[in-house]
Amino acid sequence: MTRKRSLFNYLWVTLLSAFLLAIFLSPFVYMIFTSLKTGEQISVLGSPLWPAAPGTFEYEGKVLEMFSVPLPDGSIKDMAMFKPGRSVSLFIDPDNPDAGAIEWEGNWRGLERPWQFSPAWSNYADAWNSINFPRLLANTTMYAIISNIGVLISCVLVAYGFSRFEYPGRDFLFIVLISTIFLPGTVTVIPTYTFFALIGWVGSWLPLLVPTFFANAYDTFLLRQYFMTLPKALDEAAMIDGAGPFRVLWSVILPQSYPALMAITVFHIVYAWNDYFGPLIYLSAAREKWPVSIALSTFNGIYGSRPELIQAASLMTLLLPLLLFLAAQRFFIQGIVITGVEK
Amino acid sequence: MEQITQIREVLPSWRSLRNMQPRAKRDFKLGMLFISPWLIGFLAFTLIPMVATFIFTFLNLRITDGLLNPLTFVGLQNYKLMFSDPQTWTSLWITVKFGLMALPIGIFMPLLLALLMNNPALKGQNFFRSMFYMPYIIPFVAAIFLWGGMLNPETGWINRALTSMGVQNPPGWGNDVFWVYPTYIIMGIWGIGNAMLIMLAGLQGVPTELYDAAEVDGAGGWATFWNVTFPMISPVIFYNLVLSIVGLFQFFLLPLVVNSGTGRPGGATLFYNVILYKTFFTYQNMSYGATLAWLLFAVILVVTVVLFATAKYWVYYASESR
Repeated sequence: MTRKRSLFNYLWVTLLSAFLLAIFLSPFVYMIFTSLKTGEQISVLGSPLWPAAPGTFEYEGKVLEMFSVPLPDGSIKDMAMFKPGRSVSLFIDPDNPDAGAIEWEGNWRGLERPWQFSPAWSNYADAWNSINFPRLLANTTMYAIISNIGVLISCVLVAYGFSRFEYPGRDFLFIVLISTIFLPGTVTVIPTYTFFALIGWVGSWLPLLVPTFFANAYDTFLLRQYFMTLPKALDEAAMIDGAGPFRVLWSVILPQSYPALMAITVFHIVYAWNDYFGPLIYLSAAREKWPVSIALSTFNGIYGSRPELIQAASLMTLLLPLLLFLAAQRFFIQGIVITGVEK
Repeated sequence: MEQITQIREVLPSWRSLRNMQPRAKRDFKLGMLFISPWLIGFLAFTLIPMVATFIFTFLNLRITDGLLNPLTFVGLQNYKLMFSDPQTWTSLWITVKFGLMALPIGIFMPLLLALLMNNPALKGQNFFRSMFYMPYIIPFVAAIFLWGGMLNPETGWINRALTSMGVQNPPGWGNDVFWVYPTYIIMGIWGIGNAMLIMLAGLQGVPTELYDAAEVDGAGGWATFWNVTFPMISPVIFYNLVLSIVGLFQFFLLPLVVNSGTGRPGGATLFYNVILYKTFFTYQNMSYGATLAWLLFAVILVVTVVLFATAKYWVYYASESR
């Protein structure tokens, strides 16, 4: 009785989750299918959801067009038109081409054309060539790597200062640090932007890169939480051996912190890759410095009538964060767990 | 979070700073040295800009072609302009109205999903957890284009599905004055993965003894949730609530990208921060932008303080002695 019930429980909970997940991820299917459609297919109302083109069939070295032909017995068969005629046309049965041409009476112009699976891979090449993708990828990669170095160096130092030393005011400053997570960015952006404009940094990467070397609350918090879990006995042993504080950080703490450092790196690379607002206000006018996010947003205006190119370009920009996530899932999840426990 | 509510207990006294032992002095110096990147960054990119925003509101600062106009003190002129401009209030109302629609969804959807993911009867928990999180890492602009296509009134899959289910007049989504808000919410639901994982971490932190005790007491599913699960994860919910509210007050990237910041359809997407962004970025009017920013900050501050004041009635911190 209970076993039966628990089996039923497993089944419905898992099926419900799978159903929700299918809906949740269906836009990916939409994106992949649309990115492989031709413009003609998209403009035809009621065309299939999957990438397709009007069917063709190769017969004796010639490409014939397929039609849905109603047969005398009332059924409809997809056949290739061999020779069109005003009242009688010749068709080839693709399932049995050796039987030769079949005569069909009627006006072929009234026949519908069946759709055949036909991915238009050229959309990817078109999207790739329409915006300078290699340069965009280089810009974005540069941003992600340099800012990640800044985040790692500064947040490790600050987290070390918050976790391994006792001094008056430390807990107060830590609360100030945490509070900045809740501080609306709106209240600081205008003077910061004005300042960067005055010193001539607007239009360069500097306003986006330099602040990353001054630690941010999220990553410092994550690292500090992680450092707190590491036993202090090892630090003290190293200190007795004469190691200074930098040595302890480098040789004792960092080697044990691999998961936290990885979590920060993968989070930060995804953040930098997807960052939109920063590049928007600082790099809008400097087209040659654009990251992929800004370039992609201009697609809507330029190619608004070419959804297949928009989806192909979107897919290319999300490929890197997606692959990174799939390869490093466990670091993402761990990172959230480290910070999530103590909120 | 817990520490923020107990800020008074951690403020240092000057006497403790002055009468330090050599060892403590060394720790103080080293600690300050290590946190100095953040201290400098905090001063340069947070504290000074905050003060500067306030000072800007009394000036006539504009950047035109990279040069400053002669600066003058204009008193409360920016405030007068802001309070008398009906657009300030309509945009604030649009922001609040949208926030009231989006907030419950932004809290309950991740919570319900986390409860589902935490259900012991779920097979392949890690797989589901990762997959529901995954859209969160998709570039924001790409996600907008995906959903823009899905929700296209003519060719999108959503309306094709609705039509095939017999819906006569499917919504106009982004083109419709009412449906544009649900459109944003649907796009936002794609990013609930992060909040879900935070809630899930909270759920997994609930000691199993508490569930066992509830079962012994004969508590049903609902009673267990209200008396055990909810109090135990209330700090996590509170954290998400504060972050969501602060985020929703500043909501503007979706209207900026989806509707190009034009307010289409029919001015329905002229959110407060869209106006603010256009003021300081498009028109380079820093002082008026700062005035708008300061009002928004004041509103957020009041709401947050009220929220923190309510916390002691419903947020439970296990480490607190009561």
